[in-house]
Amino acid sequence: MKFLRGNLWRNVACVVLLLVVGTSLSANWLAPDGYARQYREAADAPPSHTHWLGTDEIGRDRFARVLYGTRISLLLAPAAALLSTLMAAFIGGLAGYLGGAWSRGAMAVTDLFLSLPWLFLLIAVRAVMPLNVSPLFSVVVTFLMLGLLGWTTAARVLCSTASSLRESDFVRQARASGVRGVRLFWIHVVPNLKPVLYAQFWISIPVFILSEANLGILGLGVAEPMPSWGSLLKELEGLVSVGEEPWKFVPLLLLVVVVTSFQFALSKQDEVAA
Amino acid sequence: MKKLRNEFLIFAICVAAITSALGQGELRFCLRAEPKTFDPLKVEDESSMAVRYLTGGVLVRMNRQTQALEPELAQSWKVSKDSRQITFKLRSGVTFSDGTPFSAEDVAYTVQQLMDPALHSSTGDAFRSGPGNTETKIISPTQIMITFPAPVAGLDRQFDQVAILSAHSAKKEMAVVGPFMVDDYKPGASLLLKRNPNYWKTDAQGHKLPYLASIRLDIQPNRDVEMLRFKRNEIDLINALDSEYFDKLAATSPQLVHDAGASLDSEQLWFNQVAKSPLPSYKKNWFRSAAFRRAISSAINREDLSRVVFRGHAQPAIGPVSPANKFWFNAKLKPETYSPDAALRALQADGFRMENGTLKDKDGNAVVFSIMTNAGNKYREHMATMIQEDLQKIGIRINVVTLDFPSLIERMTQSFDYEAILLGLTNVDLDPNGVMNVWLSSSDNHQWNPSEKAPETTWEAEIDRLMRAQASSSDAKKRKEAFDRVQEIAVEQEPFIFLVNRNALSAVSAKVQGANPVVLVPQTYWNADQLSIK
Repeated sequence: MKFLRGNLWRNVACVVLLLVVGTSLSANWLAPDGYARQYREAADAPPSHTHWLGTDEIGRDRFARVLYGTRISLLLAPAAALLSTLMAAFIGGLAGYLGGAWSRGAMAVTDLFLSLPWLFLLIAVRAVMPLNVSPLFSVVVTFLMLGLLGWTTAARVLCSTASSLRESDFVRQARASGVRGVRLFWIHVVPNLKPVLYAQFWISIPVFILSEANLGILGLGVAEPMPSWGSLLKELEGLVSVGEEPWKFVPLLLLVVVVTSFQFALSKQDEVAA
Repeated sequence: MKKLRNEFLIFAICVAAITSALGQGELRFCLRAEPKTFDPLKVEDESSMAVRYLTGGVLVRMNRQTQALEPELAQSWKVSKDSRQITFKLRSGVTFSDGTPFSAEDVAYTVQQLMDPALHSSTGDAFRSGPGNTETKIISPTQIMITFPAPVAGLDRQFDQVAILSAHSAKKEMAVVGPFMVDDYKPGASLLLKRNPNYWKTDAQGHKLPYLASIRLDIQPNRDVEMLRFKRNEIDLINALDSEYFDKLAATSPQLVHDAGASLDSEQLWFNQVAKSPLPSYKKNWFRSAAFRRAISSAINREDLSRVVFRGHAQPAIGPVSPANKFWFNAKLKPETYSPDAALRALQADGFRMENGTLKDKDGNAVVFSIMTNAGNKYREHMATMIQEDLQKIGIRINVVTLDFPSLIERMTQSFDYEAILLGLTNVDLDPNGVMNVWLSSSDNHQWNPSEKAPETTWEAEIDRLMRAQASSSDAKKRKEAFDRVQEIAVEQEPFIFLVNRNALSAVSAKVQGANPVVLVPQTYWNADQLSIK
């Protein structure tokens, strides 16, 4: 019964995620005027039949921006998660498998990266980037940076797992049978790292969504006029007014729902990893 | 016995009435940052300026409402024809907050301290128009003559910023002649100013000023929290209110908010015209073309910027001087007409052509550039995004870039690696001398092309000449003529594309009596000595 209940929540979470992804992918049909058009005569308007979630402060349709912003955040966050997981697998997995000085060296580098204030690092990286880049390029670079900087925690986990696999009986037996080097790593270690890799991948997605949101709130994420959840959440800065305009909470609500759904959806992966 | 009791009662009522007239109220408001100094001569930041305004006694004060100069510690004054010398006749019987008497000696001491190059006082810099020493001559305890080495334009007005220090008080800068004095300071939390018991001013009925017993200044950088505290009656005024909050507050309590009209502050856009900048030469050619800049200017819908971004609480900018500056604004200038068609025609006449909805220059380069502004300032981000859409109508593609402020300043002043910047200018000084550092081509703050060894264009040379001419003249009419011409050149050449002048918005609690918000800083408490709490 407990299993069924857990499974039910996981299924609901998957359905919610599919629904959100599906709807955001239909943005071109649901909001054909796009996310950038400014209805200046109806700036900061409340919800109406023409603008279902009202308009933002310069008159852009909030519903369209939520759809397109969701698409951007939901498509690029997994891409960044994939990049960071692959880097973690390469650095952490290999270091754990090789052990000794390799492991110590790799973990020293990981610790160094972990100690860096990532937010300031991102700000610094953004500052040295060329200015004249399109909004699309800026969004790709933002998530690329998140991916390149977000591998460290996963690398530590993978290093530890690979290290214990190296000392496991079946790897010793394989080694005794003459299997060595890349072949041993590829056939015996990597398949056993897969559950951890999956779990790290799924865990990273909401982390990157939130990181982009943080950057967006600071005005350093995705360039205007392209929306992202981060830029949409910036509207909540004026907390005095938001209580009177609950529709401005929709991007936040969506973020909470999606991040929670990810947590439920990956709960089984966690169990496997544990 | 009964008569004696009645007399005692009458006496008690009188004492109560006098106490009431003096006021026991405490005015509370927020400073956005910690005051960096209590030394009035070293003031540079906004919070220290507020403390200086409330505590410092000055020789002359510019009335923030009428913008006229009024006597304070000086009963009268006379400026020499060459604008190098000023003679003050001082009030007698005035004492500092600690009881030390005020005299010409204190003025001499203050001026000597102010002009000491080792102090690096920005207030002193305003008087430093040439090499040499400043001389002070005490004619009598109530008369002093100050001679500067070179003419100082608007000499008497500059003394509005000079708070007089005591030459003899052991309390140094904490002995003040202004309406309030620092009583308690909790770093990071609050500053308590108490009434100066020795303040010399009285009201029309002869009551001693100030009415308030104290002013509590809470240090609160967060504007949302400041707004919440105002709504909860924890503070009594907000000196500078955002347009968004203004409207929210106006919807529920219209009597508490004040829109004093266009302020001196402006928002502007400028292109990088630095010859050594790392931009491609074709872009340098665009940005150095006055026709290109004028076309961009006329393609920007300033009315929409004012109406949408600032919710109507801003005015489309006409030129470098806001209409709020009553004397120096050139009334002959007309606002830029929004016309994308005219902009496109002007660009086509300059060799640009439209191809498939994209504007290209004569060499076939698509007109694409970035507008950089500081991250976290939503008004500027919104303006940049609206300009992005406006310019799209004439085939120009804009990339909006928001950077943290230090990175932006580094690009603006060191590497010159930018194309266009959208920023604001906060003006405190009405006099054109306050913006000398912006308009002189040799200045570091000549933002579009700083520190030119010699003016690179004829119009910059002309601005240099006019700015120097007005600075060295004591004839107000001639100064005005020169500065009017500077404004005309600035509008013709558009090195800055002035966008809007924000309105001076403030909120004052109904408890505060005597408040009359104005456009000049400090908008709400400029008459602090005459404010009282109900």
